[in-house]
Amino acid sequence: MAVYEHNYRNYSGPLTPEWGRFLIIPRHAFRDVFKSKLFTAFFAICFIPLLVEAVLIYLHHNVNALAIMKVNVRELLPIDASFFQTFVNLQNGFAFFVALLVGPPLVSRDLRNNALPLYLCRPFSRAEYVAGKMSVLLVLLSAITWVPQLLLFLFQSYLQGARWFVDNLWIASAIFIGSVVWILLLALLTQAISALVKWRVIASGALLGLFFIPSVFAEVVNVIFRTRWAHIISLSALMKNISAGLFGTFERTTTFVTDFDDVVVKGVVLTEPPLWASWTALFIVCAICLALLSRKVKAYEVVK
Amino acid sequence: MATATQLQEPRSLQDPSNFAPVIDLNELSVEFGGRPILKGLRGELRGRAIGLLGPNGAGKTTLIHTLLGFHPPSSGTAHIFGKDILTDAKQIRALIGYMPERDSFIAKTSAVQLVRLMAELSGLPPEAALERAHEALFYVGLGEARYRGLETYSLGMKQLAKLAQAIVHGPKLIFLDEPTNGLDPPARARMIRLIREIRDSGQANIVLSSHLLRDVEECCEEILILKDGRIAVYCNLEEERKANRKFLVLETRGDQNKFAAAVADLGCEYALTGDHRVKIVLPQGIEVRDLYRIAANQKMQIRRLTYKRDSLEDIFLKAMENGHGSL
Repeated sequence: MAVYEHNYRNYSGPLTPEWGRFLIIPRHAFRDVFKSKLFTAFFAICFIPLLVEAVLIYLHHNVNALAIMKVNVRELLPIDASFFQTFVNLQNGFAFFVALLVGPPLVSRDLRNNALPLYLCRPFSRAEYVAGKMSVLLVLLSAITWVPQLLLFLFQSYLQGARWFVDNLWIASAIFIGSVVWILLLALLTQAISALVKWRVIASGALLGLFFIPSVFAEVVNVIFRTRWAHIISLSALMKNISAGLFGTFERTTTFVTDFDDVVVKGVVLTEPPLWASWTALFIVCAICLALLSRKVKAYEVVK
Repeated sequence: MATATQLQEPRSLQDPSNFAPVIDLNELSVEFGGRPILKGLRGELRGRAIGLLGPNGAGKTTLIHTLLGFHPPSSGTAHIFGKDILTDAKQIRALIGYMPERDSFIAKTSAVQLVRLMAELSGLPPEAALERAHEALFYVGLGEARYRGLETYSLGMKQLAKLAQAIVHGPKLIFLDEPTNGLDPPARARMIRLIREIRDSGQANIVLSSHLLRDVEECCEEILILKDGRIAVYCNLEEERKANRKFLVLETRGDQNKFAAAVADLGCEYALTGDHRVKIVLPQGIEVRDLYRIAANQKMQIRRLTYKRDSLEDIFLKAMENGHGSL
């Protein structure tokens, strides 16, 4: 079917392997995503904390630089689990906003333009479609969360020595698991909302609402009933607990009830939900998202 | 537009019955919410261009969607090029191109981006996909507009872009669902020409679903008429036309009823079709001069007399009256 011939002919050339075809979707999606200068600028800003982190690690191991800057090494943050946890949490915050900007239109645009039959009439399954759309977010979010964090962990290991690396390998696993769980949750939530709501603005609003409304509601319930168990419905609190659990900083006892004079009267201990409950709640949220995607991502909606 | 190689094909290869069926329906049934939509369809479709006809709600689109694997059959199955739609869905879809009825696009893309993406999803490497996307768009006549956003396209151009994405990977079977919907006469003519060209290239079989009988008549060799989810008629259009009796259409002036009664006395079947027209099937031994004689006796004028065969419309209407699902 050459341009000058203008006739129809079959294709008999080589084919790409089936397993990798879902990656075609992110490749095409990135072109659109980075067309927006605003988004590109924001994405670049996401790397600034990582740069700061790298500088802090470097300064810790460079006496000359500290001397020039007249900074005592004790005034710097110690490079330990809480150092990495702080930056992981910061990057996870950026990841949320990246997901908010990129995620909502991914599926909703296709649904609104009735594009799903075009994808699914090819040797391309619904699961591959969802994997392709999710990998748009997974790749972008990985690029600002666990990938640079692990590189910085290796940088710190290189400067500190092999012993530090072996002793703190669990920090690397906490960075990886904590970030991956968070970006998976974000990707699933945005895709599920995107599949439910066809309009980008409403989908973005719904994603924001899903994080903030239950958090506010949970805090109200916590205050009224003098508990912390309502955190089980707050996605941000759930992730905070899981992250703390992974970095070994989780404490179930968080607050004492005080009277108006700041004096402990009853000594009532408020405890966070246990970690297993947080993980369970997270799995349930992810399962609901997958069920929604399985229900909505179809070539045609059948009106029964 | 038959190619040279086709013209040299031995006669046995030109006879569709010598080929394996393109689509083999095996008691295929589909239900939505307990409501039967397709009811035990059975038969082998072999034509190079098969017209899928039927009134609204007959199940044409559902049949296409089921063959594409969008809806699971409630019972039975179907085979496309010998592959089962239940177990080999992916392999089948690699051989198929589909042009949906409704507008189907990816937002904020140009035609070449859309067609390239679709080619890549069909398994073509990026370079080949881009090359064929350009070729397909030139082929359908969108070469000059291929870098424009699809949102800026007219309805006719959108239909052509849909055709381009359906053929970009060179499928062996192309499902076209109402391809001329909403097209003005020149755009329709262009679409019909393209479909006929693809058919005549011999490289792909076509299933054309349409409620426009003229489109099917112009493009298809075989027709499958669905009625209430069952097959009412499946036939070769040309053979069916030949098999149908020749009849006369007379345009008359005068008392048609008396004339018709006299014609009936001769043993002719007739039908008054209004507007001073009468259709007559002449039995053996009766000639046209007998009709003129009767007209003279009745003081009727025969102003025009033409020989006709059943059109697709006649076949369709007959199927709607008494079709009951046999091949």
